[in-house]
Amino acid sequence: MSAPLLSLERLSVSYGRVDAVREVSLSVPEGAIVAILGPNGAGKTTLLSAVMGILPCRGLATFRGVPLAGRPVEQRVADGMSLVPEKRELFVSMTVEDNLRLGGFRRRSTAGFAESLDAMWALFPRLAERRMQLAGTLSGGERQMLAMARSLMSTPRLLMLDEPSLGLAPLIVKEVFRVIAELRRTGVSILLVEQNARAALDLADHAYVLENGAAVLEGPGEALRRDERVIATYLGIRAVAS
Amino acid sequence: MDLSIFVILFQDGVVSAAIYALLALAMVLVFTVTRVIFVPIGEFVSFGALSLAALELGRAPGTVWLLLLFGLASGIVTLWSERRVLTARIWLRTLAETVVLPVAVAALVLLLAPHRPSQWLQVLLALAVTVPLGLFLYGAVYRPLAQASVLVLLIVSVALHIALVGLGLIFFGAEGSRTAPLSQVSLTLGDLSLSGQALAVLVVTAVLIAGLYLFFGRTLIGKALQATAVNRLGAQLVGISPLFSGRFAFGLAALIGTAGGILISPLTTIYYDTGFIIGLKGFVAAIIGGLVSYPVAAGAALLVGIIESFASFFASELKEVIVFMIIVPILFVRSRRSLVLEDEE
Repeated sequence: MSAPLLSLERLSVSYGRVDAVREVSLSVPEGAIVAILGPNGAGKTTLLSAVMGILPCRGLATFRGVPLAGRPVEQRVADGMSLVPEKRELFVSMTVEDNLRLGGFRRRSTAGFAESLDAMWALFPRLAERRMQLAGTLSGGERQMLAMARSLMSTPRLLMLDEPSLGLAPLIVKEVFRVIAELRRTGVSILLVEQNARAALDLADHAYVLENGAAVLEGPGEALRRDERVIATYLGIRAVAS
Repeated sequence: MDLSIFVILFQDGVVSAAIYALLALAMVLVFTVTRVIFVPIGEFVSFGALSLAALELGRAPGTVWLLLLFGLASGIVTLWSERRVLTARIWLRTLAETVVLPVAVAALVLLLAPHRPSQWLQVLLALAVTVPLGLFLYGAVYRPLAQASVLVLLIVSVALHIALVGLGLIFFGAEGSRTAPLSQVSLTLGDLSLSGQALAVLVVTAVLIAGLYLFFGRTLIGKALQATAVNRLGAQLVGISPLFSGRFAFGLAALIGTAGGILISPLTTIYYDTGFIIGLKGFVAAIIGGLVSYPVAAGAALLVGIIESFASFFASELKEVIVFMIIVPILFVRSRRSLVLEDEE
């Protein structure tokens, strides 16, 4: 196996004296979907924020073999990382199309810019219908799709999704996971933080379970789905039958 | 009061309002993008006007030395903040911007000033020595404080304003100057007679406002600045660096402030500290716009200019009092509507 796209070694993040993430090591191989599961407050969002450079951290993080320390967020975007945050962080007073164009801000003068925009309209037909609408007027599901599309406009090698299904109707959740599955085929690697453990494990090649800021369990998605602790805590009893 | 006085006062008010509107827009721009209340914008008005005045006399303006000084400060701070990721490219870029550029501008000004170049060239030189100061102030002072609270940034702005007024006194001296009008054409429509300079103020202001409108509405860089204002984290996540937006906002504000100074200096005598009061009136307008709304700020500037003009006719000794009193009822109404315009703090 070649070197992983993203590799974290003993990564810790603290808020003041409180360690939110403690010595987590994980890696995302090229082209893989890796899921991070865990209860609320386990440090999943904190971990993604640190990887993206929004929060300072200790430990070694490398992306494509290059250490990430000292690289500001926008540099990491240029390197090929992109985060779809839990709160979406859209430009609410701007149109859907402007949000997408800004997603590709760093490649604004490249040849592929217009094609990427067209690809997003194809991938998210609902957004195409609303291209001139203000982002603030979209429904929750549409906002999530816009946030994902905006991230994809930067043509990332690694897409990090923080709770993409949070607060969405079941039908929309299905749509979001359809898109994630579709993205896998385009070769983008995905680091997925998800409460919906079943859906996440169905997709993931590899998964980690985070509790109280530490990685307590890891393994291939298939194996974790049969792990008793995971079943008891995250999937519920009925998962055994399926 | 007869109609002709009314018309003259109104016209006067509109002309000063144009300058206040420019400054108000610059303040809204800087605040929304960087959360800085840009008090020292008034110094750009003074420095722009006084630089042009010095050039008219065939002297090199004191701004030249300020430019070299702040360029150096900005260069040192930039290299220090990037010390951990220092590459040859960053060295070269920083050196080019903070040392080579100011030295080149200074050399050009020192060389050309004694020859009394044409008025247009003088205006360009005045812009060239003053506007980069905006970038250097950002680089040297505000950039290292990017994470600070709005209050800290405000205190820094006030400190910077006081320091710059002091430097203005040192480099320009205590005497005031008035520059030659940019245009001799005058327009007469019945009772209404519009001087060339008043016309120039209105035209340049209209062009600048239209330019800003197109810049924000049509270009991706303009939208990136807007995006930074709407959602700072979101902007970072799409790769818009706060540094880029901050520099752009300060550069643009410095350009607007300097242009305002150049426009107003044929109409009124400018001293090293006059800019502050002019900037403050722009600030009143910006506050009425909640420091976030461009159209409301521009409209409020019109109100401020006209009220000031009429106040100076009816109660000239209370002119400033009346202008700054406007802010009280407006803040009262705004707070009653419980519009929360505070930033993330």
